[in-house]
Amino acid sequence: MNELAPTPGTGSASLTEPLWKIRWKLTRRSFAQSWEIFRESRIGMIGIILIIAFGIFGALWPIMINTVWDPMVYDPVVGFDPMSMHPSPPSAAHLLGTDPIGRDILAQLMYSTGREFLLGVLSAVITVVIGTTVGTAAAYYGGLIDTVFMRIADIILLFPFIPLLVVMGSMVKLSFLPFAVIMGVLGGFGGITIILKAQALSVSVRPYIDAARVAGGSDFHIIVSHIIPNVLPLSFLYMMFSVTSAILSEATLSFFGVLNIDMSWGMMIHTADVAGYLFDFARYWWLWAPSGLAITLFCAAFYMVGRGLDEVVNPRLRKR
Amino acid sequence: MDTLLRLEDLTMHYKTKAGWVQAIDGVSFSLNKGQSLGLVGESGCGKTSIAMSLMRLLPNNAKLVRGRVLFGGQDLYALSDEEIRKLRWKKIAMIFQAAMNSLNPVYSVGNQIIEAILTHEPETSEEEARERVKSLFELVGIPAERMGHYPHEYSGGMKQRAVIAMALACRPSLIIADEPTTALDVIVQDKILREIEDIRCKINMSMIYISHDVSVIAEVSDVVGVMYAGKLLELGPADDVFKKPRNPYTYSLMYAYPSILGEKHDLVTIPGEPPNLLAPPAGCRFHPRCDWATKECAKVEPVWHEIANGHYLACHNPIRTEAVKPCVEQVAATGNAQVAATGTVTEMHQVTAKGGDGNGASGSN
Amino acid sequence: MALPAATESGDVILDVRDLSKYYPVNQGFFSGKKALLHAVDNVTFQVKRGEVLGLVGESGCGKTTTGRLIVRLATPTSGRILIENTDVSEIKGQDMMEFRQKVQMIFQDPYESLDPRMTIFDIVAEPLNVNGIGTFEEREAQVEEMLNLVGLAPPSAFLFRFPHELSGGQRQRVAIARALVVRPSFVVADEPTSMLDVSIRTGIMKLMAQLRENLGISYLYITHDLAVARYLCDRIAVMYLGNIVELGDAEDIVKRPLHPYTKALISAVPVPDPAIERPAPNIKGGVSKPINPRPRCRFYDRCPESSSSCANAENPELKDVGDGHLVACHLL
Repeated sequence: MNELAPTPGTGSASLTEPLWKIRWKLTRRSFAQSWEIFRESRIGMIGIILIIAFGIFGALWPIMINTVWDPMVYDPVVGFDPMSMHPSPPSAAHLLGTDPIGRDILAQLMYSTGREFLLGVLSAVITVVIGTTVGTAAAYYGGLIDTVFMRIADIILLFPFIPLLVVMGSMVKLSFLPFAVIMGVLGGFGGITIILKAQALSVSVRPYIDAARVAGGSDFHIIVSHIIPNVLPLSFLYMMFSVTSAILSEATLSFFGVLNIDMSWGMMIHTADVAGYLFDFARYWWLWAPSGLAITLFCAAFYMVGRGLDEVVNPRLRKR
Repeated sequence: MDTLLRLEDLTMHYKTKAGWVQAIDGVSFSLNKGQSLGLVGESGCGKTSIAMSLMRLLPNNAKLVRGRVLFGGQDLYALSDEEIRKLRWKKIAMIFQAAMNSLNPVYSVGNQIIEAILTHEPETSEEEARERVKSLFELVGIPAERMGHYPHEYSGGMKQRAVIAMALACRPSLIIADEPTTALDVIVQDKILREIEDIRCKINMSMIYISHDVSVIAEVSDVVGVMYAGKLLELGPADDVFKKPRNPYTYSLMYAYPSILGEKHDLVTIPGEPPNLLAPPAGCRFHPRCDWATKECAKVEPVWHEIANGHYLACHNPIRTEAVKPCVEQVAATGNAQVAATGTVTEMHQVTAKGGDGNGASGSN
Repeated sequence: MALPAATESGDVILDVRDLSKYYPVNQGFFSGKKALLHAVDNVTFQVKRGEVLGLVGESGCGKTTTGRLIVRLATPTSGRILIENTDVSEIKGQDMMEFRQKVQMIFQDPYESLDPRMTIFDIVAEPLNVNGIGTFEEREAQVEEMLNLVGLAPPSAFLFRFPHELSGGQRQRVAIARALVVRPSFVVADEPTSMLDVSIRTGIMKLMAQLRENLGISYLYITHDLAVARYLCDRIAVMYLGNIVELGDAEDIVKRPLHPYTKALISAVPVPDPAIERPAPNIKGGVSKPINPRPRCRFYDRCPESSSSCANAENPELKDVGDGHLVACHLL
């Protein structure tokens, strides 16, 4: 029994590094492990490559406008090339042609990329922060809080918000940032709450939650240190899908011309549409195809990363 | 005696991302008609893998490295998929670990078993099948009027009985039971163990019973095989093995668990953890945890050999009867009990000795 | 109840009196009738300081619910739980912190009772952190000492690993370390060995016995296994459908069981010796659920010894048959 006698003096000698350093290493290691799993998913890797490609493409914009391109000609909103008829098909000066009012399509595409990133990620972050908080609170406290938030989610899911925004858009035109926030908030209180609540509910009945309670943990402690960390991977997964839905909504509303946005991929198609060129879409393909393709690929990229993350988050989906 | 099943040097590995898992390594034994073999070992020792390889139900990443499985003289791994499908259920039936959850909730229990009979024996009429299920229900102790009930109307023990009835439906000559009572309470477990024994005697069926619980194995088997880390360490008639365990692992397993009968004895602890089968230890796989281990054990793999009639062993330093005693005394000295042997009979429980039925010898060469 | 009043001296650490917990159950969608599941019904027992009391019974007998009531993971329907003479249900605020340091619990499933996203250090230090005990250095020293104590040595090899990197036995040792790090005087252990392999189980059982000797902890040891209870406990209480049917010295219960249910339970345990043939327990039927139970002996329907007088008599209370051996049976 002597081996079990308390051994005084085994002080903090074994901690040779500061705690934050150890934690940082652990985080890096767990990230590396997740990356190993993610890498095996082909669809996820395609998504990552696409996102990186879009990132580079978007980052080229400020470089191009400051070095190669003449802002007078290539500005995505107020630029005009007086040298040719508009819309002009792809040429050496305008690799993707120009739009009906003489602006460079490639420049518009590049300029919009960064803003699409901002819109998608901002609204997705808002969605996930609200969704996680509300879902966890509803799961943990139940009762009235649960009922209220779940009914709000039902209303948001059932109510046709896009048509409503189209109608409202004729009265008030939303600009870029408010639109991102509204999309984020609607997403956060909508479907994602129900999904994250289900996850939080399954976490909150685990024995380790009981153990934390017996240890003396307060509700706040249990939610913050146990439930949220275990819900977060799923939140992160849904964040990817939220990006997709935010971008798609923006494209739809821009197409209808109800947003106060100077330039975006949806706006580019809108411009072609109001000028009447979409009636002969085969001939004027460069007016809609580049932006249409960008919207599709961009949304697909985030969706594919989500699918890849799914395998990291749900071990059951993993292949051997 | 008629040999029903013979495993010859069965070796099966699983391919994983980290490498080959040596799940079964050189396992040989044979089973006679009407005999029951108990396989005991801890989780991950390969006992379920053996059951699966007998049914040829191994996952895709499993590879038969060498060895043969002979069932009634036929090599199971030489048969076509179609032939093996016919053999399953009809000749070899299996009761799985969580069998009670394997009943389909939307069909009545009786109909599921009738359906199983009709699929495997298309020549049987539905009326005959119904009659047979009725008698099966009687055999496993479920009232026949409950045939029309649905699984959710059954208790856990009853579901387990229904699954046993289903396994028996085609009158197999071998039944493999993989921990069929693990999830059940002791009283229900006891009833089911008794029923299995009863039925086996009645229809002269062979059985392989797999469990992590030495006591359960002692109750149901004629022959006992002790597995550790994918290898058989000891195999022999149950009476012999439990009276004179020769392998230290067998001995430790027997005395690692407190007994309810007899005097309180101190427990034998097995230090450490079971090995990782990706890279099992050299020599005897049990040597890092064995109190009896010598240098030889770490280097040379012990040979599987017959030490007495039907009693096989793989060990360099088998426990001799004399060797058990000092250990027991030492146990008694540290614990607060005077006698450490189990099987000490108390009058209280009117324990009676079984008739000398030690003919469960099995040969494997 | 027929129990003698607890001695007023301080040697009783846990005093449970007439404890009941009823759960409402739905009996169909339209019936609207409210039925009550009597999970724990009028349970009274004491645990002395330094003692281990085994609470034994089959699944659904209410043993785990009793444990959860004691650590306040559930609130009783009626009855009192006194720990060191303080009523558990009246503890609030600052006293709650003190209570959590006094009473801890070890859970059954080591794979589920540790947060998969926390390191071993964070898990074991959690009770210290949430109760604000000690400085960081003191906490760290405490955690290391505890890991040493439960046989996870050297602690530095375990501190910053995650539960999934540990084996089942090691995880249960971590769970034990977490429960003991605040130096509780009373621990509810809910089947801490039932999920573990045989060779690992023995080590944990021995550890529990040694910790008790070295740290003077009292346990309520919940198990379905009478043999384990016999090995670890001083006294055993046998539960059946929410009632304690027999309570007494561990050896006494195992060797001289008096209640028909205890007898059946003992004779159903398999023995690792094929030479021994146990008599079949002649107990009828299966366990039902105590939903709105009839006010008679809960074991009546399955009892092999029941007489006609049992059918009409009330649910028997525990009575002392000598040497502190209590049995709830009309036939004695």
